[in-house]
Amino acid sequence: MEHIVIIGNGIAGITVARNVRKQSDKRITVISAETDHFFSRTALMYIFMGHMTYQHTKPYEDWFWQKNRIELLRAYVERVDFSEKRLYFSQGEPLAYDKLILAVGSTPNKFGWSGQDLAGVQGLYSYQDLELLEENAQHAKQAVIVGGGLIGIELAEMLLSRNIKVTFLVREKAFWGNVLPKKESELISRHIREHHVDLRLGTELKEILPDANGRVNKVITSDGEEIPCQLVGLTAGVRPNIDFLKNSQLETDRGIKVNRFLETNIPDVFAVGDCAQFDVPPVGRRPIEQVWYTGKLQGEALANTLCGNRTKYEPSHWFNSAKFFDIEYQTYGWVHAQMQEDEADFYWEHADGKKALHFVFDKQTQQLKGVNTFGIRLRHEVFDQWFSEGQTITHALEYLKDANFDPEFFKKHEDEIVDKFNRENGTAIQPKGKSWKRILKAVMG
Amino acid sequence: MRENGFSIANPHPRQTDNVQKLGVAVAMMGLLPLFGTWAGINISGGWMLSLSIACILVGTAIYGVRTYLLVPEGIKNTANWFDPLTNRGLWGWAVGIVLTGFYILLYWFPEYLGLGQNGKTNSGLIHLFDPLSQFFKGQPASQWFMYGTLYTVAILALGIKFIYKYRHSRYHVVRTSVVMLSQFFLAYFIPEILEGLNVGAGSQYYGKDLKNFWPLNYYFFDGWHLDNMQKEGTWGMFFLVWGIIGFAVLTPIITYFVGKRWYCSWVCGCGGLAETAGDPFRHLSDKSMEAWKIERFLIHGVLAFVVLATGLLMYTYFTGKDFGFAINQYLFFALLIGAGLGVVLLYRKNNGFLPSQKVIWTTAVVVAFVILYFLVPNLNEGNSTIFFSSYNFKKWYGFFVGATFSGVVGVGFYPLLGNRVWCRFGCPMAGYMGLFQRFKSRFRITTNGGQCISCGNCSTYCEQGIDVRAYAQRGENIVRASCVGCGVCSSVCPRGVLKLENGPDGARLKDL
Ligand SMILES: Cc1cc2nc3c(=O)[nH]c(=O)nc-3n(C[C@H](O)[C@H](O)[C@H](O)COP(=O)(O)OP(=O)(O)OC[C@H]3O[C@@H](n4cnc5c(N)ncnc54)[C@H](O)[C@@H]3O)c2cc1C
Ligand code: SF4
Repeated sequence: MEHIVIIGNGIAGITVARNVRKQSDKRITVISAETDHFFSRTALMYIFMGHMTYQHTKPYEDWFWQKNRIELLRAYVERVDFSEKRLYFSQGEPLAYDKLILAVGSTPNKFGWSGQDLAGVQGLYSYQDLELLEENAQHAKQAVIVGGGLIGIELAEMLLSRNIKVTFLVREKAFWGNVLPKKESELISRHIREHHVDLRLGTELKEILPDANGRVNKVITSDGEEIPCQLVGLTAGVRPNIDFLKNSQLETDRGIKVNRFLETNIPDVFAVGDCAQFDVPPVGRRPIEQVWYTGKLQGEALANTLCGNRTKYEPSHWFNSAKFFDIEYQTYGWVHAQMQEDEADFYWEHADGKKALHFVFDKQTQQLKGVNTFGIRLRHEVFDQWFSEGQTITHALEYLKDANFDPEFFKKHEDEIVDKFNRENGTAIQPKGKSWKRILKAVMG
Repeated sequence: MRENGFSIANPHPRQTDNVQKLGVAVAMMGLLPLFGTWAGINISGGWMLSLSIACILVGTAIYGVRTYLLVPEGIKNTANWFDPLTNRGLWGWAVGIVLTGFYILLYWFPEYLGLGQNGKTNSGLIHLFDPLSQFFKGQPASQWFMYGTLYTVAILALGIKFIYKYRHSRYHVVRTSVVMLSQFFLAYFIPEILEGLNVGAGSQYYGKDLKNFWPLNYYFFDGWHLDNMQKEGTWGMFFLVWGIIGFAVLTPIITYFVGKRWYCSWVCGCGGLAETAGDPFRHLSDKSMEAWKIERFLIHGVLAFVVLATGLLMYTYFTGKDFGFAINQYLFFALLIGAGLGVVLLYRKNNGFLPSQKVIWTTAVVVAFVILYFLVPNLNEGNSTIFFSSYNFKKWYGFFVGATFSGVVGVGFYPLLGNRVWCRFGCPMAGYMGLFQRFKSRFRITTNGGQCISCGNCSTYCEQGIDVRAYAQRGENIVRASCVGCGVCSSVCPRGVLKLENGPDGARLKDL
């Protein structure tokens, strides 16, 4: 029986395993050094804040794996011998494979700051990082977070939940400024400050300094300011976790180089999820995709390939979501931090400053290119359909009520939004009422 | 890996400010007369109860409003798994034991709460409620009047707190306001007033909660109840017709249009308490596949039991014929315990649940049987032979389901098994509506395309133990018999994935 070995029990590796099992009887082994079972990395913050326990973050109960004959191995792979098709572990016997799937995920970036390896300085990616944070938080009354992205803001919320004061150093002039346009970034910055985070925009980390015991006790910023702290969170992005694969026949760049079938340069070796880098990415997508659902989609495609139905990774239109403290954010299509030459946009913000909608469309054709939404939930399928059909901004506004996904009884803002657009553009768009028929057409395809 | 989250205690707990402290102090002062009289101290004078209730309401409101207005609006689940009250810690057990004890006394030993029996006057806790009962209906308080009053106060006080906790969600604000009003007017104020007006006095259908339809109100079709209603002319007929229309017409129709939530989390008293007082314990429900199996077995078992019991009674009522057989008490117990252990063993066979829950379930079963052992001889008038007849069958239903399940386990075990044990595993009304909700209804929880990140908040905070994530991460809608439509999964989802809505019936089960 063919033996499929998967390194990494994250969303990408587990999706491969589950889908191969659905389609075949092959022997499947999943290896991870991190935890015995698959858990949801995206929920790390909720464990720390006491919303959930580790148990709750497991999407499948523990009996699931045995029942589906997916063998789990808790071990660290030190080296892969690609010509012999064997894995060598830090301990124990080597393991032979017929097909190898590398789903090894990411690791936090460190940019060679002085003091970055001191006690009390850490990133947040793995379960072990969370355990370390638990320990470091015991010592800390003040913390500094370096790097204004999604993990940084989650870390800020986590530390605040333990009553630790947070100073947040962000290199860009605006929060998450390489992704969010200015107004949205300001909206989020206000909200961060509402939670009493000391947010320092346009400020970089220069140096981390220890106390007499070698634990961090302050940082020095690019402005020369000293900030006392007992904990430093390094959250300046992540990179593929592939150091143990360097210097082998495997072709790597920032990530493991793959084609659109997730095949590497070595036959029978594949890469999926955070660690894969496409030589030619799908249209409108980045070469390395470090989000949950892409790991899942890639895993599904690869499972088909492994089961004899060679399938290209063909994602639909880009989307993503996040939550900044209490403000939910969703995005469909592309809204870039800087608008492109041929783009025009329309921005609406609610008087309370916590809800906003930002549409970007083509100047010439009026075709909708993307939407950012804050504090209002939007229906994924409806936007996906509009992008596929090449609908215009006018169409989107006219049928905006179809796309509203807020809970019942919530205040609706579509009329106000369309009104504003009409005033600014001299148009006379009449918003149509919500239609189940149209919604179901989008959902059912 | 540690079981219940990480830290035992937060090294830097958030300080409560003076306003919050004041709120707690006032509420505690309100509770003092209740515990005092429970302990046997006699307090007379109507003002004491009023003061006590006012203090509870105002104190809780001050605390709740202050706590949640101090911080920006949003989800407030921080430290739920660290707090010994809400993580089955010391305080959880303490509260569970006190509540369970209270229910046992309430149902079977009301004299220990001060109920005056055989012509004696009330004392202690129940006596405290005499003035209010006199005011409403000119008679001394019963244990049920005391209980109904406290129950309503709990829903109102903790409902206010809940509204502030979820002030960002109009769904919760509207729903909670309705459930509070419904409890106060339909279940408490109007029935007490009507009873006071003395219409239908002694016929025991009057002054009952009008929305409490059969099969939740399991004696509706009892012979004496039917007789009394028919004897009373217009009012009685109104109650009879309303009761039949309620369960046979209104319930299926409304459930078809909006799901069973209209009842379970919008008007029902049990649901009202679960959603307000029980809210801090919602995450304690068991999400395992095993629990789901037990749920389906039990809730439909209870439904079958009540249908059968009612059927037998109706048969006897209309034909005048009874049936009966006898069984030795000890044999009966052996059978019961055997069945109970069987269920536990079945449950234990798979270990996909937290070990602490094994302990709790086992304790629950042991406690239930100890209680039974002492109580059943009473029930059975000292006979060592248990007779089964349509009347006895009914009595057993009342004992097992009406009291033990819905009260003792249903509420007493909030801090250990979550706030919807009764609604999920036992309630025949929920079972009945669940059938419609599952097979013929417009209600569903819609999943928003591919946005789910499998974080598990939805499943954790589902009080009914539905593994919401299992559906959401596959992009499937959630159509489940047990969903009471509280809407909390949708609120706690950090990615905006879930929406409770009513839409075309045929398209609920989209499969992407
Ligand atoms: C705090 C945090 C919050 C996030 N929130 C979101 C979010 O809200 N939405 C979103 O879309 N994405 C989010 N992400 C990103 C998302 O979690 C990742 O994109 C996703 O988990 C990557 O999955 P993966 O399967 O590719 O890799 P991973 O989940 O990283 O799995 C890789 C596994 O392989 C193991 N491994 C690696 N090397 C070896 C070896 N040599 N031997 C043995 N085992 C090895 C690792 O220990 C790890 O367990 C978040 C990430 C973090 C850290
Ligand atoms: S809470 Fe939302 S994102 Fe998390 S598992 Fe549930 S549906 Fe998915």
